[in-house]
Amino acid sequence: MSRAAIFAKIESATSVLKTKVPYPDYDMSLVHSAPKLEGTDLWEIFSRNFSAVNGKPMNSVEQLIDFLKTNNQLRGYCDPALYDSIGGALAAAGLTVETEYDRERFEDYQFGITRATGAIAESGSVILDDYKTSHRLAALSPWVHVAVVERSEIHRTIPDAIAAFGDSPNIIWCTGPSKTADVEGILIEGVHGPGEQIALLR
Amino acid sequence: MIGIQPIDQYARDISDEKQHSVIDGSSAGTEKRYYVLHKDYPDPDKLRKLAASIKDHTLNHLGDYLAKAEKSLTERGVKVHFASTDEDARQTILSILRGHGVSQLTKSKSMAAEEIHLNPFLIENGVECLESDLGEFIIQLDGDEPSHIVKPIIHKNRREIARTFQREGVATDYNDDPETITRRARVHFRKKYMEAQAVITGANFVCADTGRMVLATNEGNSRFGMAPVPVHIALVGIEKIIPEQKDLAVFLNLLGRSATGQQLTVYTEFINGPRSANQPDGPDHMHVVFMDNGRTDVLASNCKEILRCIRCGACQNVCPVYRQASGHAYRSTYGGPIGAVLSPILFGKRFPELADLPKASSLCGACNEVCPVDIPIPDLLLRLRDKAKREEIPSAGAIPMSPFAHLATSPSLWRTAMTMSKAMNHLPIQVAPIKPLQDWLGQRTLPESHGGDFRKWMKNRKNASG
Ligand code: SF4
Repeated sequence: MSRAAIFAKIESATSVLKTKVPYPDYDMSLVHSAPKLEGTDLWEIFSRNFSAVNGKPMNSVEQLIDFLKTNNQLRGYCDPALYDSIGGALAAAGLTVETEYDRERFEDYQFGITRATGAIAESGSVILDDYKTSHRLAALSPWVHVAVVERSEIHRTIPDAIAAFGDSPNIIWCTGPSKTADVEGILIEGVHGPGEQIALLR
Repeated sequence: MIGIQPIDQYARDISDEKQHSVIDGSSAGTEKRYYVLHKDYPDPDKLRKLAASIKDHTLNHLGDYLAKAEKSLTERGVKVHFASTDEDARQTILSILRGHGVSQLTKSKSMAAEEIHLNPFLIENGVECLESDLGEFIIQLDGDEPSHIVKPIIHKNRREIARTFQREGVATDYNDDPETITRRARVHFRKKYMEAQAVITGANFVCADTGRMVLATNEGNSRFGMAPVPVHIALVGIEKIIPEQKDLAVFLNLLGRSATGQQLTVYTEFINGPRSANQPDGPDHMHVVFMDNGRTDVLASNCKEILRCIRCGACQNVCPVYRQASGHAYRSTYGGPIGAVLSPILFGKRFPELADLPKASSLCGACNEVCPVDIPIPDLLLRLRDKAKREEIPSAGAIPMSPFAHLATSPSLWRTAMTMSKAMNHLPIQVAPIKPLQDWLGQRTLPESHGGDFRKWMKNRKNASG
């Protein structure tokens, strides 16, 4: 009933218009931000913009191990598909690495390592989606989230990343750690989601 | 009663403390927006004109695009509902929740849900409904109303929040350190997310071509709310549609920068269906409720440009009247310039009761200048003033311009009014036959007027800037 009523009202409001605005034909370069895109190497551009929003770009597993140890984040989850390349090395370095995420113990995981679907250089965002993320919660509940980014999957611009959406029902761009400025405009990180967002290049 | 209208009463009664919070918050927003937008684009004007024309095109063909969005979503396993009125929307959501046996849920910030007072309704009907945006959560605890689209507690300071947390048992002791406040909220929410059986969100955009809806947040609350629950319901105003996914590049670049001076909000989530089969977390059922609630009336009116609005709050930040009066002065979900246009017409039958709002502007034009979709707000305000005149709405005809602006430009008048405002404390405004005002006042009383606060503030401000 509501459906028909709404469409009828829209029809009566729009059918009387003498002219209708055509869909604008526009060039995507209009939405590119030149200063954000400065540089040639996509990982470098990404790293600069990602760092600007307090994300942490990393080049090596050693760097990651160092970071986790220094910050006392010693127990976590790793996507089994990444165990050989990353999780195993963490375990060898003395960290506790689980390859199954147990929702009942969600507070036990201090870090979560999952595969990214890509990254956006222009905005410093990592892209996650339902296909490549082994567990949405594992990428979300731990204090540290490590998104593993393949060099070949870094998009230069926001429009490029949109064009590559595909058919995953859930895609998420993470542009830095979770944050709020609700209390007197003061920036605090780690409200609901990760307080540390890491992008690890592979 | 000398033509004093409710908005002026609020502007006058706001406490020093509250006013400082609002002014600090809004001016910081304005500066950041300006800096970021101009640093990143040589000619941001081009971009917002483009955004305006995409929106106008969509609105001119709304029937086609809405049908297309419905089809795209349905094809991807989403159940689509339509709601003509606020009551329809509330009932639709309740029956979806009952159908799934939901008694506990979390809700991320949605202006559409605010507009229909969804939260109290669900609670009345036995559904525990937790606001998960930090600001909205504090509003919920206090039984308050948001006073800004993007920064709902712009009018509160840390001390009030710390007291609320202590009073409501979110914390066992008083601590007003913002970091501690945030950590305490984090702990409080995690349990709730895992216990919940559903999540309700709004949507910033819906792309007609694929049905993909966009949720933009900084905290990650909608993302967390969605990950552990089987049911997701999105309440979406019908004007949120855009033609294609590629248009998102235009709107997302404008939204973040205009709202908070960020290129993108931290989390930008694109959803067009229940979780994929390989994914262990996320909803099995997704519902989208497209809501009219007066929007088609706006579409048929001479103020339809307001439907382009992407709810960034930039016009609130920049507006001198908003800054002085605060969002609550507008007595409805939408405050500031956007609210001055949208509220009186969106709540169409109530127009007479909110007819003072379009006059609460000096028509300085700042709101139009910052608007990312180039809404000619001052023109729309004039059209509404005209409407008030034509419809002979008494309160609107009493004084030719906003008494607030009128008084503010005349020191002697202002002083007289200030002295009189003490007497205003005894005005029986709670019993005034003003429906939205009564709703709004349902849970609070008007602050006592401390005539002269505004003058004191002006003086301080002049001293500070001079
Ligand atoms: S009217 Fe324009 S500036 Fe104001 S909230 Fe809407 S989009 Fe933003």
